[in-house]
Amino acid sequence: MTTATKGSVGTSHTRVEGRDKVTGAARYAAEIPFAELAHGWLVLSTVARGRIRALDTEAVLRMPGVLTVLHHHNAPRVDNDYVGLLGVPPDPSVALFQHDRVIHMGWPVALVVAETSEQAREAAEALVVTYDQEPHDVAFSAERQTEAYPVDGHAPGVVEKGDLEAQLASSAVVVDAEYTTPEEHHNPMEPHAATALWEGGRLEVVDSNQGTSWVAGELANLFSLDPASVRVRSEHVGGGFGSKGVRAHQVAAVMAATVLQRPVRVVMTRRQMFSLAGYRSPTAQRVRLGADADGRLRALEHQSLNMTSSVHEFVEPSAAASRAMYDADAHHTASRIVRLDVPTPTWMRAPGEAPGSFALEAALDELAERCGIDPIELRVLNEPAVGPVSGLPFSSRNLIACFREGARRFGWADRDPRPGVRRDGRWLLGTGTAAASFPAGAMPSTPAVTAEADGTFTVGVNAADIGTGARTALALVAADALGVPTDRVRVRIADSDLGPAMIAGGSMGTRSWAWAVTTAAEELRQSLAPGADIPPEGITVRSNTAEAIGALAQKERHSFGAQFAEVAVDPATGEVRVRRMLGIFAAGRIVNPLTARNQLVGGMIWGISMALHEEAVRDRSTGGLYGADLAGYHVAAHADIPHIEADWVDDPDPDDPVGIKGIGEIGIVGAAAAVANAVWHATGVRHRHLPIRPDRVLMAGGDA
Amino acid sequence: MREFGYQRAYDVSGAVALLDGDGEARFLGGGTNLVDLMKTGVERPALLVDVRELPLNRIEPTADGGLRIGATVTNSDLAAHPEVRLRYPALAQAVLAGASGQLRNMATVGGNLLQRTRCGYFADVSSACNKRNPGSGCPAVTGEHHNHAVLGASDHCVATHPSDMGVALAAFDAVVSYETADGPGELPLADFYLPVGETPHLETALPPGALITGVTLPPTPVAANSRYRKVRERASYAFAIGSIAAALDVEDGVVRDVRLAFGAVASRPWRARTAERALLGTRADAENFAAAADAELADAKPLPHNGYKVTLMRNLVVACLSELAEEAAR
Amino acid sequence: MPPSTSSDLTLSVNGEKYTLTVDHRTTLLDALRERLDLTGTKKGCDQGQCGACTVLVDGRRAVSCLQLAVAAEGREITTIEGVADGDQLHPVQQAFLDLDGFQCGYCTPGQICSAIALIEEHAAGWPSAATDDIRPDAGPPPLTPEEIRERMSGNLCRCGAYVSIVQAVARAAETKGAAA
Repeated sequence: MTTATKGSVGTSHTRVEGRDKVTGAARYAAEIPFAELAHGWLVLSTVARGRIRALDTEAVLRMPGVLTVLHHHNAPRVDNDYVGLLGVPPDPSVALFQHDRVIHMGWPVALVVAETSEQAREAAEALVVTYDQEPHDVAFSAERQTEAYPVDGHAPGVVEKGDLEAQLASSAVVVDAEYTTPEEHHNPMEPHAATALWEGGRLEVVDSNQGTSWVAGELANLFSLDPASVRVRSEHVGGGFGSKGVRAHQVAAVMAATVLQRPVRVVMTRRQMFSLAGYRSPTAQRVRLGADADGRLRALEHQSLNMTSSVHEFVEPSAAASRAMYDADAHHTASRIVRLDVPTPTWMRAPGEAPGSFALEAALDELAERCGIDPIELRVLNEPAVGPVSGLPFSSRNLIACFREGARRFGWADRDPRPGVRRDGRWLLGTGTAAASFPAGAMPSTPAVTAEADGTFTVGVNAADIGTGARTALALVAADALGVPTDRVRVRIADSDLGPAMIAGGSMGTRSWAWAVTTAAEELRQSLAPGADIPPEGITVRSNTAEAIGALAQKERHSFGAQFAEVAVDPATGEVRVRRMLGIFAAGRIVNPLTARNQLVGGMIWGISMALHEEAVRDRSTGGLYGADLAGYHVAAHADIPHIEADWVDDPDPDDPVGIKGIGEIGIVGAAAAVANAVWHATGVRHRHLPIRPDRVLMAGGDA
Repeated sequence: MREFGYQRAYDVSGAVALLDGDGEARFLGGGTNLVDLMKTGVERPALLVDVRELPLNRIEPTADGGLRIGATVTNSDLAAHPEVRLRYPALAQAVLAGASGQLRNMATVGGNLLQRTRCGYFADVSSACNKRNPGSGCPAVTGEHHNHAVLGASDHCVATHPSDMGVALAAFDAVVSYETADGPGELPLADFYLPVGETPHLETALPPGALITGVTLPPTPVAANSRYRKVRERASYAFAIGSIAAALDVEDGVVRDVRLAFGAVASRPWRARTAERALLGTRADAENFAAAADAELADAKPLPHNGYKVTLMRNLVVACLSELAEEAAR
Repeated sequence: MPPSTSSDLTLSVNGEKYTLTVDHRTTLLDALRERLDLTGTKKGCDQGQCGACTVLVDGRRAVSCLQLAVAAEGREITTIEGVADGDQLHPVQQAFLDLDGFQCGYCTPGQICSAIALIEEHAAGWPSAATDDIRPDAGPPPLTPEEIRERMSGNLCRCGAYVSIVQAVARAAETKGAAA
């Protein structure tokens, strides 16, 4: 008998699927072979608004290998009038080929299916589609505020406390600044891909997604199928970041597999992903901070405008990011949308918090400068005892501990606050800091834990490992709950037949699954009589955490963090390089330090990328994107990323059985602001519009 | 991508014969640009003639002390070559600043010269573009153009040439050799690229069906003190927003010889002869460097969103020549 | 007569010979993934802009998405499936595994193939854009983190595992240096 003297949680473990990933053995969605596989290629609109007048399918159907062309005249009907797992109706772009209207540039208008992908691609390119074009409007800017309206997304649209104008009027110092962030795209390295087939009366879909229960439920709803007759698997996922829910590719594959009665695979091209995979809306934000001369806030206003499509309301709740951060007598936050002829945006890593924290934390830095106090001390001064707007207690709040530890390790105490006075050759040097926060939550899951006859344990939980290390984390959590070493635990994930579970999203995946796995595993452990024989089929305990999660008291539940960056700026060329970065986080109990550190650093790299590189440019004339590929849309490359450290302070969640809060998103929050604040410290110029491109730095005589 | 024929050529005359002046046929080198353009539908050849096996992969000294670089020499081999690094360091640096290790292993010297612009409108076949579809218009002039040309462009096209290597070759007076069915020919790089004018789709002065066989660098002593600087929107693996190849020889504080060429500011690598003339015989100091840059850039016609390139190039001239002057003084 | 649009050819991959008929449009990447069931090589952008499809061609790294399969005949292709020595991982693979040089794993085969070639290129004395003095008599530059970052920049990692990738490449290079 093995006794586990030391827990697995909290010690570093390499990924359980790591060997498969470094040898190429791990198969992703488009890599599972099927006999008689046909290949589908999506055809996207070349106008931004109008109606399809005609599709010349006859010529295409005569091309070599072409099996069918699906479009709005012949595609199976779908029903998109439902509310899915996440409590929202689907983006209408997944109701493929149901009408002749074109909603945005790159709207899917047809699917060509052929024997080979080469044949499908050429036939799709040859398909002549004519349109009755109508004028479109994709011009997003702060000026559209007058047409905007607030929307409750995953956070309320408007939250107000106190008399804002009165408090601003009585403030000794007022910062009133506008910030913008551009349209940003997830661009996971693995393109969206799905293979659909009917087998034994069931619809089987091999997909790349962030939750197979989620996608299976959406497909069952769309095609009016018994949920039990839909099975979705997604064993390895090459990144998601919010973009991998139900999308056009799965729906197209299901339609074609249904029509042709053979397996059909549909893979998005990188270019198509820019139209079909969702994105983060551009934002235009205004922050007004009113403070006493010593920096104590009297007023905090954060207004955010973002765009959505003409057919679906999606709000990037950037202003909501301010609600848990700082105390102020008057506290007004509002996120609004304007509807344009663009694709519907979606969740993208730290939706709301990523752009919102850029504006708020840059404004705090401006206030610190104006008040002549240290940016960290300004945050200490305005640290709330309870939720600044809600009045609710915090489950735990260790923001200041993060700043203190970060300041010590970064060498903040030696910092000369004056901007523009440090040089290293052609480079001006500066440092900056910013706070981070992200909501901590959990959603119900229903895993099964089985004691096998051979003394091992099998955990079946419909988790998704999109690179987070969830598979490994759950093995550690289960091992501890079972009181056995991790090598006696195997974890099966990413199969909708495993039962409903939370998706990999909202930084809630690992926590939600771990809670449920712990519950089942502990019950199993207690039910196993020492030395008793296990029957050949094993002994299985299944849990459902719905009730326990529903019973959680109302509290302000968040992770926190402090970001530090040092940058170098060449004023002659406008180049900005990040020289080092440090993030200290209070983000619950850390299950696997090896993978957790990687994930937190990855988020910080997203922050650098957001601050300096990422920007999708929408051409107002065509309504489409300019340079919609990875040469035109820059994500940070190796050479952009210096040594980055991430670490954490002790902060176990008191209401979670494992103490987890969630770390998927907090790494990006505040990171762009820390970089932008450092650029100010280097140059003396505030850059309020991301990304901080060389041309913007070069031409910024005064404030940019 | 349409279906196409494929032939592999093993000698130069065979390659030219296989192509046979067919307007729908293309030579295939490393494929790093052509295959991409075939995927996006910009290029739809009916026949590819693969020239990678041609015996043009050598770098050899010429009788007069220059260097002859074969057309199928890969970018990697060019940048790693000891003679290039010693005698034309800006050329090696320019090549190393381009693309990625993988792409440099594939891309050839000939293909690099013939690569097409990375203008986003050119690459998007659903968009208008005078270079790809003559007469359809240039959306960049009123649209997205923050990385478009400020020198030598026209209302018909403001695209830039993307090559880094070509900028250094322009600075060092390279001569391009080619072969046609009628025999060999040569074109100085200065005459290799055609002015944009009203015909942006006509890019080079190569005769139809011509195969580039190599590039010759004349002996250029000043090139030994040279460098290439590239500014881009991420630190690596991105096209330039402005780049410079510069070489300088200083004696007693006076400019004795100087070479300057700009990248990412025009439809071709831009040899800055006006600046060079202004500098010869003057004191090698920042003030004169700036004045020379201003003289070169006086004819710049920036669009609303790319005026920064004028400032950028001026600053690059001053920074690079100042560094080279320091080196020369050592 | 219009030229044939397909060819019978033999591809040499990881020391094995594969005879197949390919549509000339088929890239080496698609031939590996769709025809030879070697799916370890990944398709990230299919345009030479991400490096996920990196393989070794005659020992040098190349993006297989811009290489036509028909043009790869006669060359020796090595993919991620061919870099280990049986069950013994290549030092680069081992370092990626031990130091967590990946998250989702999709760019990983390309990163590893690229790193293997990078170490060879560096050993051969090739300079990079991060090399201060590229003159041949300056000798090969030390393989600093900055050199590794520049030389690995053709391999994008959207998860942002760059820091541990650079550590893994450095460790593998040291291992190799110690073994040499």
